[in-house]
Amino acid sequence: MKIVVCVKYVPDATADRKFNADNTVDRVGVQGMLSELDEYAVEEALKIRDGDESGDAQVVVLTMGPADARAAILKSLQMGADSGVHIVDDAIHGSDSVGSSLLLAKAVERQGADIVLCGMASTDGSMSVIPAMLAERLGVPQVTFASEVTVDGNTVRVRRDGDAATEVIEASTPLVLSVTDQSNEPRYPSFKGIMAAKKKPVEEITLADLGVAAGDVGLEAAWTKVEAYAERPPRSAGAIVTDEDGTGANQLVEFLAAQKFV
Amino acid sequence: MSEILVLVDHVDGSVRKTTAELLTLARRLGEPSAVFFGSQIDAARDALKHYGAERVYVLDSADLSDYLVAPKAEALAQLVEAQQPAAVLIPSNAEGKEIAGRLSIKTGSGLITDAVDVQPRDGGVTTTQSVFAGDYTVTASVTKGTPIVTVKPNAVTPEPAEGSAAERTVDVDVSDAAKTARIVERRPREATGRPELNEAAIVVAGGRGTSGDFATVEAFADALGAAVGASRAAVDAGWYPHAYQVGQTGKTVSPQLYVAAGISGAIQHRAGMQTSRTIVAINKDAESPIFELVDFGVVGDLHSVLKSATEQALARKR
Repeated sequence: MKIVVCVKYVPDATADRKFNADNTVDRVGVQGMLSELDEYAVEEALKIRDGDESGDAQVVVLTMGPADARAAILKSLQMGADSGVHIVDDAIHGSDSVGSSLLLAKAVERQGADIVLCGMASTDGSMSVIPAMLAERLGVPQVTFASEVTVDGNTVRVRRDGDAATEVIEASTPLVLSVTDQSNEPRYPSFKGIMAAKKKPVEEITLADLGVAAGDVGLEAAWTKVEAYAERPPRSAGAIVTDEDGTGANQLVEFLAAQKFV
Repeated sequence: MSEILVLVDHVDGSVRKTTAELLTLARRLGEPSAVFFGSQIDAARDALKHYGAERVYVLDSADLSDYLVAPKAEALAQLVEAQQPAAVLIPSNAEGKEIAGRLSIKTGSGLITDAVDVQPRDGGVTTTQSVFAGDYTVTASVTKGTPIVTVKPNAVTPEPAEGSAAERTVDVDVSDAAKTARIVERRPREATGRPELNEAAIVVAGGRGTSGDFATVEAFADALGAAVGASRAAVDAGWYPHAYQVGQTGKTVSPQLYVAAGISGAIQHRAGMQTSRTIVAINKDAESPIFELVDFGVVGDLHSVLKSATEQALARKR
């Protein structure tokens, strides 16, 4: 069984995230990392691999992005993934979800995969559409936003906690699976894992390797355009009181009453 | 006028507030047509008409409800091909975004998710999004195909306007390829009697500082007619169900009033509530980052503050 995990290299959410002059996200000038939500996808892949009875299961980590994006693969390898594939090409800069899903789908087809695993969202764009787009492009079942995953042979069964209901969904491999932050507890890389990762293979591929023309991806080919961005004005500091002998509650209710909330 | 398709969000025919919002937005752009998946159109018809739907397309088939996302995306794509609308508006929830993603690929159309505003421009649309945990506002447009936009709750105040709601039943023809992820069990979420978290005008949320006791948080919420939320720390500790989590991996809320009780205000939480109009926090730690966001803050024990505030709020109601 082969599991391909799609991971994203994102700007650290606790850093001051910025935009480039062309309105794309700055992925170079701001400290980057493996998207926190993709750690759950890597962990789930490792669990599925280690529970596979054939013994020949493997986890391939796939990413796209600038040279620095290799760090997202490295972290995944340290956690225990077996190998990495990095789509790196200047032409992909500025790709939207449509362009990104095209590249990832081509790379998955090139690898061959029984399960394509994704996180529930990236921590930068937060669109949550790549898994659905991948399933559409690959023509395979989509089992997404899984909070619990069971794999039995070629049957995958998941629990999806929706707004209105909890659903149990079942499909056969090959398929696209995405997992939420409720699905597992991602492991920290061990010292042994960190050392072993240095020897694991990471293949760098370009658009030519995927048979994709430069004009089909990137900023100019995007089907959407970010026209402008503006920093949200900082919230003006409000009144802060210290509760002494119940006065805090009185002042709170006075504030809410002045705003007509009570 | 050009037709705007609005995907209806409903539970057993009970139309959600977000649908009224989408219909209100659609009227800015053209003539709204509601797209209704399911068999309970009788329960939904009046609401759709009341918020200005000129047409209502009813698509009812077990194929749509028995499998995840793909059949709905396929049926909607067929409707888009047939009607050639000027735009498609879809609710920004998990299912809506996934339908939108597949629809984008199927119809060769650009997709914008999580819009907090949609305006007409040059025959197309321009959108506003709140990004990077609410630190930035972005305006964007679709440059190819039919603009597909998923819209967050509370993007606009719903305004009633009677539409003609001309109804048409649309034949559903779902391919076998779309019927592969079968829904084998469905357990509806239990009703709490409180407003929906992402639709509520007021949200009262509890965090680590509750020490697991949400009774005072819930009592204060009920005194204000509010929804109850929880931080990731509280959910991870098992104190409150995940469906009520506010933050990056839970719900993003933008109510008129957000009350954070015992929540420190980490980036993951701020991402889910930073755009609330008025923010109030109660926390025993005066150094909590949440106090950087607040319009009003109380440094103190949340249980005693909320208990007393609940009594006073109820007294004022009488």
